[in-house]
Amino acid sequence: MKPDTEKVLSILAAHENNAANLIAILQDVQAEYNYLSEANLTLIADTLDISVSRVYSVATFYENFSLEAKGKHIIKVCAGTACHVRKSGPIYDAVYEYLGLSGKKKTSDDGLFTLETVACLGACGLAPVMTIDGEVHAKMDPETALALLEDIRAREGAANG
Amino acid sequence: MAELTRERLGALRVQAKELLAADRREVLVCAGTGCIAGGSLKIYDYLKSECEKRGLKTRVALRHEGGDDAIHFKKSGCHGFCEMGPLLQIEPEGFLYTHVRLEDCDEIIEKTILGGEAVERLLYELNGVRYAKHNEIPFYAKQQRVVLENCGTTDAEDIDEYLAHDGYAAFEKALFEMSDEDICREILDSGLRGRGGAGFPAGRKWDSVRRQPKGKKYVVCNGDEGDPGAFMDRSIMEGNPHSVIEGMMIAALAAGSDEGYIYVRAEYPLAVERLRIAIARDEELGLLGDNILGTDFSFHLHINRGAGAFVCGEGSALTASIEGKRGMPRVKPPRTVEQGLWARPTVLNNVETYANVPQIILRGSAWFHSIGTEKSPGTKAFALTGNVVNTGLIEVPMGATLREIIFDIGGGIKDGKKFKAVQIGGPAGGCLTEEHLDLPLDFDSLKKVGAIIGSGGLVVMDEGTCMVETARFFMSFTQNESCGKCVPCREGTKRMLEILTRIVNNEGSLEDLDLLEELSRTITETALCGLGQAACNPVVSTLKYFRKEYLAHVVDHHCPICNGRKRRLVIKPELCKGCGKCKRNCPMEAISGEIRMPHTIDNEKCIHCGACWGACPFGAIDAIEED
Repeated sequence: MKPDTEKVLSILAAHENNAANLIAILQDVQAEYNYLSEANLTLIADTLDISVSRVYSVATFYENFSLEAKGKHIIKVCAGTACHVRKSGPIYDAVYEYLGLSGKKKTSDDGLFTLETVACLGACGLAPVMTIDGEVHAKMDPETALALLEDIRAREGAANG
Repeated sequence: MAELTRERLGALRVQAKELLAADRREVLVCAGTGCIAGGSLKIYDYLKSECEKRGLKTRVALRHEGGDDAIHFKKSGCHGFCEMGPLLQIEPEGFLYTHVRLEDCDEIIEKTILGGEAVERLLYELNGVRYAKHNEIPFYAKQQRVVLENCGTTDAEDIDEYLAHDGYAAFEKALFEMSDEDICREILDSGLRGRGGAGFPAGRKWDSVRRQPKGKKYVVCNGDEGDPGAFMDRSIMEGNPHSVIEGMMIAALAAGSDEGYIYVRAEYPLAVERLRIAIARDEELGLLGDNILGTDFSFHLHINRGAGAFVCGEGSALTASIEGKRGMPRVKPPRTVEQGLWARPTVLNNVETYANVPQIILRGSAWFHSIGTEKSPGTKAFALTGNVVNTGLIEVPMGATLREIIFDIGGGIKDGKKFKAVQIGGPAGGCLTEEHLDLPLDFDSLKKVGAIIGSGGLVVMDEGTCMVETARFFMSFTQNESCGKCVPCREGTKRMLEILTRIVNNEGSLEDLDLLEELSRTITETALCGLGQAACNPVVSTLKYFRKEYLAHVVDHHCPICNGRKRRLVIKPELCKGCGKCKRNCPMEAISGEIRMPHTIDNEKCIHCGACWGACPFGAIDAIEED
């Protein structure tokens, strides 16, 4: 099936089909689809008249771009220094275990959650912090973090049940 | 809209000042990232709608209907006292309320907004003293705010407030009364040094670009504040975006540029939004665009969002990223002032540096020189974080000591614990100890002790922090962020991290410490860019000042801090043959015993060096954990 190209083409047009705006284009496409698919990367390269390898090299260089689809809810545990010295590590470990993740697998089997770290949100006064879908949760500990996830899971379960 | 002239800008400014002076009651809700995360915007909405329900007149901008008696609700920039957020300040009384919750709002309206009295329990309290006025609180009283002056008091989204505080007056002065040479000289005379870390004189940089042959030149602002634990630049962009823009406009005048870029980290969506609003207002008003104020000076400003690469804080990587490429540093020379963005001469400074510029132009270089130290004039903003009582954003004159910052302003160590170290300058900086507490902080003094001021992150660590683990943490960060272009950084940091991980897991050896030192020297000397060259600073400084903790890991194979329990060495009597080798090897004379009889270790004297463990031919030395 032909991918939905209209949206991507309109994003490209908004950036004047200019290769100098590649990063901004990738950001907007990812915001739309939550990841960068191979089809979209190829479409971007073709439209900008640059090689796919150039697009791929930029997409893989920057931490914020994902070439894999993510879960419905995105959890980010801050791994900045201030959060680290206020023990954010155990929070990440607890969530990791709770979601049954392993190795490079960062998305739970039910597709509900993706776990990531973020270098620093700059909310160091609230350390350690965790964000769920962009909302900041301050002064976390492993128990509170898991309780938040339990809540979301229960809500999702109720919605589907 | 009529074309903006100098006269009209002046009139707008006078008008804004009058409006501000007429403000009877102001409710300032902190809308920095920290307080928003704490729920400050909900408090803002509730207070405003509740006041309106009660029939009180409100307004949200200086130029807003409602009259002088309307309550002026402002979303202000970061107040800095993030530990106490969400923060609420009420004028004209100057009450600062801390840890405000929605439940407190009705009382605040009744007592303070209507009655002019303080809600006592929300005031900041320290050692039994309640502080009604925010400027009396020790946290603020010991600071000197220049760059952050308007951060917590004005509405960042209201350009009239910026104008009311002499906004764009410095630009006006530079445009009409100074030549490009005059501007460069003034900045050079002021001694302003780049606040991004390296401390290069800004005036010299501008002058280099000015001297380049005429043609396209760029002015770029580095807002890619990637150091974890640093949020000064974010706060300035969020709280006073116009000051950064004005600084860039003055730089453009000096350098002969007509186009600028602000590169902001992707993790700072609010800063991007505030800058966008500020640029849009400037364009509407005619302060950005073509033929500004009727002159032949034109300036266009763009915002680029980063995409999560720490190395893009490096100049040549940043410009590569703006060009839509992988953010990898290149070999220099040519320097950025010669060939920067799109290979054109480029002025590249960081956010805080630009934010200083308008004040220097307005008040003069002599004024700037009167603050701080001889070689490092002015103030510096620091983000104070970690195990400290008052986490937050502060600004002090250069040359302030760590003791003043951590104990007087920061309120000391959290939970009554003992101070151990402070990490300064992010992953490129170093760890300083108790012996450096009275060191005046400036660019040069820090270099001497193996640290850098960096962008200004100060992470305080208490006695419960293992410094080896901290060094591993920073190496893991740098290794992850290494762009992979040059071998020393790409491979070197990987090996360093492996060794540090081994040591932290108590599987390292004494030789590993030598290897770490050797690798550090090599990487520092041979890496391509600043990220690689500084990557080993945390390791080198912790090895220097906290060697004992490394020894605990590699000799005892036990770190009392990591394990939370102390271990002591004992001699198993059933294995000891009484040969006396341990006794002879012990540097502390902690072992006693008759020959051919089981020996014992005096734990009062023992320093856990492990010499006995290495000397014993019978494996009789054992370490047991204390309860």
